[in-house]
Amino acid sequence: MTLSLLFQHIVNALSLGSLYALLAIGYTMVYGILRLINFAHGDIFMVGAYVAFYGITLMSLPWWAALLFSIVFTAFFGIVLERVAYKPLRDSPRISIMISAIGASFLLESLAVLIFGGRPKGMPVPDVLSKVVYFGSVSMITISLIIPLFTFALLIVLLWIVNKTKIGMAMRAVSTDIEAARLMAVDVNKVVSVTFGIGSLLAALGGIMWSFKYPQLNPLMGMMPGLKCFIAAVIGGIGNIAGAVLGGFLLGIIEIMMVALLPTLSGYRDAFAFILLIIVLLIKPTGLLGKRQAEKV
Amino acid sequence: MSKKSSIRGGPISKNMLYTIIFLGACILFIFLADRLFDAFSLRVFNLCAIYIVLALSLNLLNGFTGLFSLGHAGFMAVGAYVSALLTMPAPLKEMNYFLVPIVSWLHHVTIPFLPALIIAGLVSACVGFLIGAPVLRLRDDYLAIATLGFGEIIRVIITNAQSITNGAQGLKGLPRFSTTFAVWTAAGLVVLFMVLLMRSSYGRAMKAVRDDELAAEAMGINVFRVKVTSFTVSSFLAGIGGALLGHMITTIDPKMFTFTLTYNILLIVVLGGVGSISGSVISAIIVTVMMEALRFLDEPINLIFFKTPAMPGLRMVVFSILLMVMIIYRQKGLMGNKEFSWEMFQNVFVKKSKKGGSHARTP
Repeated sequence: MTLSLLFQHIVNALSLGSLYALLAIGYTMVYGILRLINFAHGDIFMVGAYVAFYGITLMSLPWWAALLFSIVFTAFFGIVLERVAYKPLRDSPRISIMISAIGASFLLESLAVLIFGGRPKGMPVPDVLSKVVYFGSVSMITISLIIPLFTFALLIVLLWIVNKTKIGMAMRAVSTDIEAARLMAVDVNKVVSVTFGIGSLLAALGGIMWSFKYPQLNPLMGMMPGLKCFIAAVIGGIGNIAGAVLGGFLLGIIEIMMVALLPTLSGYRDAFAFILLIIVLLIKPTGLLGKRQAEKV
Repeated sequence: MSKKSSIRGGPISKNMLYTIIFLGACILFIFLADRLFDAFSLRVFNLCAIYIVLALSLNLLNGFTGLFSLGHAGFMAVGAYVSALLTMPAPLKEMNYFLVPIVSWLHHVTIPFLPALIIAGLVSACVGFLIGAPVLRLRDDYLAIATLGFGEIIRVIITNAQSITNGAQGLKGLPRFSTTFAVWTAAGLVVLFMVLLMRSSYGRAMKAVRDDELAAEAMGINVFRVKVTSFTVSSFLAGIGGALLGHMITTIDPKMFTFTLTYNILLIVVLGGVGSISGSVISAIIVTVMMEALRFLDEPINLIFFKTPAMPGLRMVVFSILLMVMIIYRQKGLMGNKEFSWEMFQNVFVKKSKKGGSHARTP
């Protein structure tokens, strides 16, 4: 393999890893606060992409305006979803709320088939993002470069929110102990809503950038990335934002590199994430960066 | 429990008589259905039996042992493929494997349905055991996601093992062995097995593990062994169910056994009541029949004044909403974790005037 090809693979791996990281953050934040696998997160990713698509095609907005509209819409959508599907079950057994999450995921998918249609749609990619740039002998499209940079910028903002602001402090408090946080006059409902809002916003961004990079939309497009990103979050240590990012990048890089270096195994690409997950779970069940929790009796 | 004591009450108590009459009526109905139903209705009717098997196998895990598993479709795929490969005659195999020829040791294997079905269950149980032994150390959500992962891995392996499973093309023209008699016998045996299992010490150990793992361990139950046993038995039943499904549809391919299939079975289990055998049976029948009966939702509906356009997908929306509403407003499902008994039946009619009479008993 030539050096330029390797470099190309690295850029691809980084951009896929960034997309995984964006989605994994949503999973990890929700899990950290509610101990819930939000199975519908992958479908929120799909909703984000579709809203941007209709923003560009139906409302003929410029792509950046469609992007803004989509992330705002999807953030609200995520908040409403939590209010409707998860809030009534907050005190029920965790299995019930997980089944509700699975139900919500299938509801969104079948609604998408009903409203958007089952046939795949082509995302109109703006010229700025699909331009091919050359670095010596390495050629790549701009979106592959923009995705990692954008993700890093977002991460810095997110870490600032979580670690330095008041709402971030409330989030950390709720994730440590929801009851104690309530006693300390933290508005738990608000914190949960903000968490879902931020998670959905990132998922929408991920979905839009995903569809700019792989410009095809279909109602089930969020299923596989959703599962993989949850796996990324578990591998990194669920509940830990840095862990989710690490897991996302790890998964993206290994996936691309495996297909690049061992093309015979490319059929097993989708199984690979699951194999990695099971290995990590068996060796270190709390994930790479997760803290070991003492079991309460 | 109340049922048991009433059985002891006399040589043939009233309840036992009801049960015998009810079972007789069921068998009669199955025979009549086999004769009188048209092909489509009979197919739906038989599908009910297969879903009973599948729902009970998932309920054994989710409801009775408290292990939340989402990898059921994988075990069904194993069962369906094993049984298909064992029963398909050699010329049919040659017709299917036109891209890559089948491995030679499988080419001329053709055995009757019943042994093939049992081998399918056993292979599936072996896979379940191999997966369960490491994975069952995990808890709750981690277990759910790991089993989901294994389900996907099985599917990807089947897609890629071209010379054994024919890969993504799938297998076509499976012998149509799933007759009314076969599927309902299987369903009956599985129901009987579950009832007996839940009355045995194994079943009680499983329930103990579900209710409180630590307490069960303190009482001297080998928790890990109970979990592995439950997982293996459930995989066996799932393999049988998958094989029956394969021989009914007569076409199998890896895309059939995605997470969606597991979801459909989960829907049945949850609607029927997690931890109720009779609940699973009733809900399997209701859901299967409704899935077919509601097909009109996908087609254009004629509402006298105007005609709605065809809306493919509306049926699944209705089902998802049904599940969500059930989960949010009645988490216990149709039957809760109780079993059907004639007393319950009587209560419904006698206490109809007293509102909420049946709810008062819930602890």
